[in-house]
Amino acid sequence: MALAAWLARGSPQEGAARLLALDVTRDDWRRLARDVAGAGGWLAMLWAGASARGKAARIHAVYQADGHGLVATLELDAGADCPGIEDVFPAAGRMQRAMQDLSGVPSTAADSRPWLRHAAWPPSFHPLVDATPFPPSGEPAVDAYEFVRVQGEGVHEIAVGPVHAGIIEPGHFRFSIVGEKVLRLEERLGYVHKGIERRFTDMQALDGHRLAARVSGDSAVAFSWAYCQALESLCECEVPVRAAYLRALCLEIERIQNHLGDLGALGNDAGFVFGLTQFSRLKELFLRQVEAALGQRYLFDAVVPGGMSNGIGDDGAQELAEHVALLAIEARQLKNIYDEHPGVRDRFVGAGQLTPGLARRLGLIGLAGRASGISCDARADLPSHPYELLGVRKAVQDTGDVAARVTVRFDELQESCRLIGLILERLPRGPHRVDEGVPAADKLAVGWVEGWRGPAIVALEVAADGRVSRCHPHDPSWQNWPALEHAVIGNIVPDFPLINKSFNLSYSGHDL
Amino acid sequence: MLKTLHYIASIGIVSEQPPSGDDSLRLREDVNQRILAVLGRALCIRHVDAGSCNGCELEIHALNNPVYNIEGIGIKFVASPRHADLLLVTGPVSRNMEAALLRTYEATPDPKLVVAIGDCGCTGGIFGESYACRGRVSNVVPVNVAVPGCPPNPTRILQGILTAVTHGAGDAAVGG
Repeated sequence: MALAAWLARGSPQEGAARLLALDVTRDDWRRLARDVAGAGGWLAMLWAGASARGKAARIHAVYQADGHGLVATLELDAGADCPGIEDVFPAAGRMQRAMQDLSGVPSTAADSRPWLRHAAWPPSFHPLVDATPFPPSGEPAVDAYEFVRVQGEGVHEIAVGPVHAGIIEPGHFRFSIVGEKVLRLEERLGYVHKGIERRFTDMQALDGHRLAARVSGDSAVAFSWAYCQALESLCECEVPVRAAYLRALCLEIERIQNHLGDLGALGNDAGFVFGLTQFSRLKELFLRQVEAALGQRYLFDAVVPGGMSNGIGDDGAQELAEHVALLAIEARQLKNIYDEHPGVRDRFVGAGQLTPGLARRLGLIGLAGRASGISCDARADLPSHPYELLGVRKAVQDTGDVAARVTVRFDELQESCRLIGLILERLPRGPHRVDEGVPAADKLAVGWVEGWRGPAIVALEVAADGRVSRCHPHDPSWQNWPALEHAVIGNIVPDFPLINKSFNLSYSGHDL
Repeated sequence: MLKTLHYIASIGIVSEQPPSGDDSLRLREDVNQRILAVLGRALCIRHVDAGSCNGCELEIHALNNPVYNIEGIGIKFVASPRHADLLLVTGPVSRNMEAALLRTYEATPDPKLVVAIGDCGCTGGIFGESYACRGRVSNVVPVNVAVPGCPPNPTRILQGILTAVTHGAGDAAVGG
């Protein structure tokens, strides 16, 4: 069936703009995946809905194709497995393994190793379907994970992590190398699994935005907005236009904060300490300006149900606009210095390459996707108010190497500065918060916001008593971590930190 | 090259004065004279993310920027616990990181200090204790100083570190 026929069968889906809902049969599940892939679409996320042990499970997959987000739902019989789609979308493999670990829904995929479950709880316990009490914790244990072994003359392994050498989140990397060349990288993640999805079910839906903001601290605005977007659509609450503009302001601030931090760190990883010094200085000054205007350096609890926790004063807005205009000029000067530095170019160009063909095959998304020619950005493709009025210019490169990811960051930094100028210039008057109302029970809503790393998507279901019955936040790192394994093949081990930083994927947002 | 040098000269030095310690952050008073004599004004810190959302890490990073310039006061972040005097631990300790945190603690030579950073490190924060979380850092390793905040700003983090290496009610850095 052509994609258009699937889209024609869809009905409106609660949540972000341009979403369609589609109930499918077991046979349709894989057909739909193949048709989406055939039409150039990609898998956005995959999860099991609210359920209890022994009960039938509902599984959902969200695709983006042809200018729509498509939310497919399959009712599984109790005990049935999920038809695997990892052959169509390789990133689905780990999502299916996580679904087995947390919801007890197995898949037909050949790789059935646990993913988020290490040794801390037994395989018989599925935190999203089993009622308390939690299994007793014994001595902290380390399990034996079966890494894929590479064999041959001169091949050996380097095991790194979970505690890394820098100020960075924990994860394990197993390199199989010959000499200095990487033959294979296998990641093992899940170390910072905090039980976030289970924790949501202890909370009232109207409080959940605080936890959503802490799914991945560097994407607090993106996730809290995506959460509130889902919740507000269940409440049929329309946020004031001023609040919508302020949310976009905060989202672009968050993008600038992260790009400033990473552009400095990338210079540092290429041996150009000047870059780290100047970008970290710019970032600090920007954080202080943000605090002066909005009351927080990092905007953890800025986005709340019904609008924004705080407004912005006219003076604060004016000073922020002036600061950002100067920041854009200074960032342009630093880009010139990076572009003209032969040592930096030597390290950036050609390192960690994902060609557009490979990137498409792997389902790469977000910032890294745009550096490999995949022109997707929800601010332009599935725009939520006010983005449809702002005309976001996507930053796209097609060489897919560290240099391309650096260029995309520089370009997005400039674009965010432009957008902030535009937002503050057009900022409508009026309230910044309204009463959010009461969420409808037992309906699924999906929030979708383009964070700095890529789409931050949140699926939300609320129980009749106002509690969260299921909340599934999805970080784009789920798609891009497996692609990183491909990006380092054939590179030398000392380039790994640089390549890794050029993606700067989330551990917390992935491990949940 | 000239552009780079010109840029450096035009910016100049932006570093600020460090804060003093704050005794209200102290949990344990077992910092003995030997630590203080050994560490003096040269302190090596190993950061361990034991389950953080990555928010505290953003502010810990800021200590290395030229405004806080932590290396300028003799404190540096090191790549191995074996080189460290002090562990800076973030997060509610996830059960999947519990063994790694204990091993890192054991690998740090005595005498050693532990500073827990953030609401999660202090109390378990919004994540609490669960099938996946052990909660506050002191549930897993002994903690000398705990710095609340979500995330605490760089000045508070630096105060926590300086509190750990001062003793009693004084606010003078050790060896000063």
